[in-house]
Amino acid sequence: MKKISSHAAPAAKPDAKSVLKPGAQVIVDTLIDLGVDTVFGYTGGVVLPLFDKFYDAPINFIVPRHEQGGCHMADAYARASGKVGVMIATSGPGACNLVTGLATAMMDSVPMVALTGQVRTELIGNDAFQEADTTGITRPVTKYNCIVKDIKDLERMIREAFHIASTGRPGPVLVDLPVDIEVAQIEMTGNPAKLDLPGYKIRTKGHARQIEMAAQAINEAKRPVLYVGGGVIISNASEELCTLARNGNLPVTLTLMGLGSFDQTQDKSLDMLGMHGSAYANYAVQEADLLISVGARFDDRVTGNLSTFAPKAKVVHIDIDPASISKNVHVDIPVVGDAKVILTELIKLVKHQDRTEWFARIAQWKEKYPFAYNHDEQGILPQYVIDELYKKTQGQATIVTGVGQHQMWAAQFYRYSRPRQFISSGGLGTMGFGLPAAIGAQIADPKDLVVDIDGDHSFNMTLMELPTAVEHNLPIKVMILNNGYMGMVRQWQELFYGKRYSKSYLKNPDYAKVAEAMGAVGMTVQNKADVPQAIETMLAQTNPCVVDFRVVAEENVWPMVPAGKSLNEMDGLNILERLI
Amino acid sequence: MKHIINALVENKPGVLAHVAGMFAARSFNIDSLVVGRTEDPKLSRMTIVVIGDDRVVEQVRKQLAKIVPVVKVQDYAGQPVVARDLMLISVAAPPEKRPEIFSLIEMFRGRVVDIGQKSIMIEVSGPESKIEGFIDVCRPYGIKSLARTGTIAMPRRNKAE
Ligand SMILES: Cc1cc2nc3c(=O)[nH]c(=O)nc-3n(C[C@H](O)[C@H](O)[C@H](O)COP(=O)(O)OP(=O)(O)OC[C@H]3O[C@@H](n4cnc5c(N)ncnc54)[C@H](O)[C@@H]3O)c2cc1C
Ligand SMILES: Cc1ncc(C[n+]2csc(CCOP(=O)(O)OP(=O)(O)O)c2C)c(N)n1
Ligand SMILES: [Mg+2]
Repeated sequence: MKKISSHAAPAAKPDAKSVLKPGAQVIVDTLIDLGVDTVFGYTGGVVLPLFDKFYDAPINFIVPRHEQGGCHMADAYARASGKVGVMIATSGPGACNLVTGLATAMMDSVPMVALTGQVRTELIGNDAFQEADTTGITRPVTKYNCIVKDIKDLERMIREAFHIASTGRPGPVLVDLPVDIEVAQIEMTGNPAKLDLPGYKIRTKGHARQIEMAAQAINEAKRPVLYVGGGVIISNASEELCTLARNGNLPVTLTLMGLGSFDQTQDKSLDMLGMHGSAYANYAVQEADLLISVGARFDDRVTGNLSTFAPKAKVVHIDIDPASISKNVHVDIPVVGDAKVILTELIKLVKHQDRTEWFARIAQWKEKYPFAYNHDEQGILPQYVIDELYKKTQGQATIVTGVGQHQMWAAQFYRYSRPRQFISSGGLGTMGFGLPAAIGAQIADPKDLVVDIDGDHSFNMTLMELPTAVEHNLPIKVMILNNGYMGMVRQWQELFYGKRYSKSYLKNPDYAKVAEAMGAVGMTVQNKADVPQAIETMLAQTNPCVVDFRVVAEENVWPMVPAGKSLNEMDGLNILERLI
Repeated sequence: MKHIINALVENKPGVLAHVAGMFAARSFNIDSLVVGRTEDPKLSRMTIVVIGDDRVVEQVRKQLAKIVPVVKVQDYAGQPVVARDLMLISVAAPPEKRPEIFSLIEMFRGRVVDIGQKSIMIEVSGPESKIEGFIDVCRPYGIKSLARTGTIAMPRRNKAE
């Protein structure tokens, strides 16, 4: 990675004498004061003054090849580190290219700040060159956005952006910066500007009576299930969650976003639930008499048919966002607040109960319907590749994904044991997230082992970021599970459209050559026997490495809850049963 | 069912767009939305009449409260409130019909605010039902045009106060 230069302007100190600074310098100094050491950004006309100040700022600056990629990098940087990801883009086309990335971060509650250049204040509304109504376009895909109209508000608004992005239910915040604000001079006293957000209130502490009721419900439950989501990772509450599961003797199922919040190698883990979740998790939820949801939002991929979801269960819902509660499913005991704070209180009240019968029942389901694939298959099965990766990395790699079948197999066949270990676009399901996300995660922790389990067509969408990884010598590994198809789409066409594979097959390039042309290491694996060695070779690389696994083309993800069906009405169980 | 929701919002650019956009994005049904200044120059009050069952309205309330520049949200359902609409209505009024129309205006406590050769303009304010009632009685004469503000509302003073 690039060395950080040390002779840049120091951050404002409380008692420093007041100095005159241009807006662009105020922005950079404020970022530094807020602890930002890494910024992603792509330049352009109206951000030239700002980029000039980054020329010698002590900040690791990463330039993507496309603003969407930069946005995903900042997003994954945030997911991997828990810090706020920062992305800068120019006005008009630059800002428009952020939309997919912002929406991705919004859906998965990721703390990000996007700074966009804007045309001069007096030109706004005149269809000026490279003008777009950035705040208008991004309002529905940001937690908050604003435009700076007065240099006096600049520092405060930047600080507010970071505060809003990183607190409560996190999300992306965009600050639009007209170029005249970047160059206007302002007297800086050195005292940090005070936030002025009368409408922004967060409840972190749960209501004591509600917590008591939740504890009582848990202590009385015969067949409880903890249903855990991304909120536990956001809240850094994995330890508390683990204690609750242990002390209360509770089985735990995770959403796609919750993967990593609970060690899946533990007995109490039911792995992922939902459309492509485990049969044992889905059966347990449908049989449960108490569902304790922590930081999960009852997404339709999780619940299946809402009217028959967890039909026998009372529902406890712990979430920091009041609007998440009773949005989709009626909640009996809501507890609004931060998961870590609430779990800490809840643990004190929960007693160990003997639930031998319930765990025996779960064990039966586990035995009967584990995630499985055909070990005797001649060709390379995508699940086998992931299984091998799991073994060769001892389950310790940070996994990022694209969107599709490979994403589901990455969720099923790699087992996660620490928070922030699995990074994937769950809510928006953005193809092309994988490669830039791998870059962002690797930058967050240069020593980490970061593997992108990607689909061929997902990879096609953002593969131009490979040179970004090469430029920064990032040792990311990309495993393309290349089935030639938009596999997830093909699976639906096979099952619901009479195998009419309409427009879901495209000709792919030779990825190994693409990788090499871009300065990365490229490999192709066509034989099953070569898979283990190829993975070892890949893991030994210190440069970005792309491995093209030519996998069996028409493999399906099982189990599957078809749209509109109840969680216990899974297809593919007969296939899984036959495999064991 | 109709609910009157009251939101105190920061007087900042984009707030109205944010609120209106949220309603559209989540397909909530707005009957009327009124924005106006308050006693505090930094704050505006939005009075929003929403149609929906209790669950929908609860989501509306929560989603509104989530919008950063929205300072406070109240649902007046189940509370005694004073709710008023203001209407300007222009009605065809040939001289021979005017006495009739004037007596209707009297009954509804309206005011004549403009008189033309063939029509008169009337100002009426009050609860929505009264406004609707006045429109109904004007219809036979011929309504030329009509403008309404939408509802504004305030809770009645608590008896204990
Ligand atoms: C092809 C595809 C298939 C999918 N299939 C599945 C599937 O089978 N199973 C599955 O689970 N998902 C699946 N998903 C993902 C799914 O779409 C959702 O993204 C996911 O289920 C949402 O996870 P979550 O409920 O944990 O919510 P998140 O989106 O992670 O939301 C976090 C929740 O936690 C709350 N929160 C945030 N911070 C805190 C805090 N500090 N304290 C307390 N609460 C907090 C938030 O308010 C929010 O309610 C699939 C996605 C794709 C693209
Ligand atoms: C940007 C974007 N466009 C379209 C889709 C719809 N979609 C979901 S999965 C999928 C196919 C993914 O194909 P691939 O990346 O090859 O993964 P596979 O399913 O084959 O593992 C498509 C087109 C999407 N999720 N994102
Ligand atoms: Mg594919």
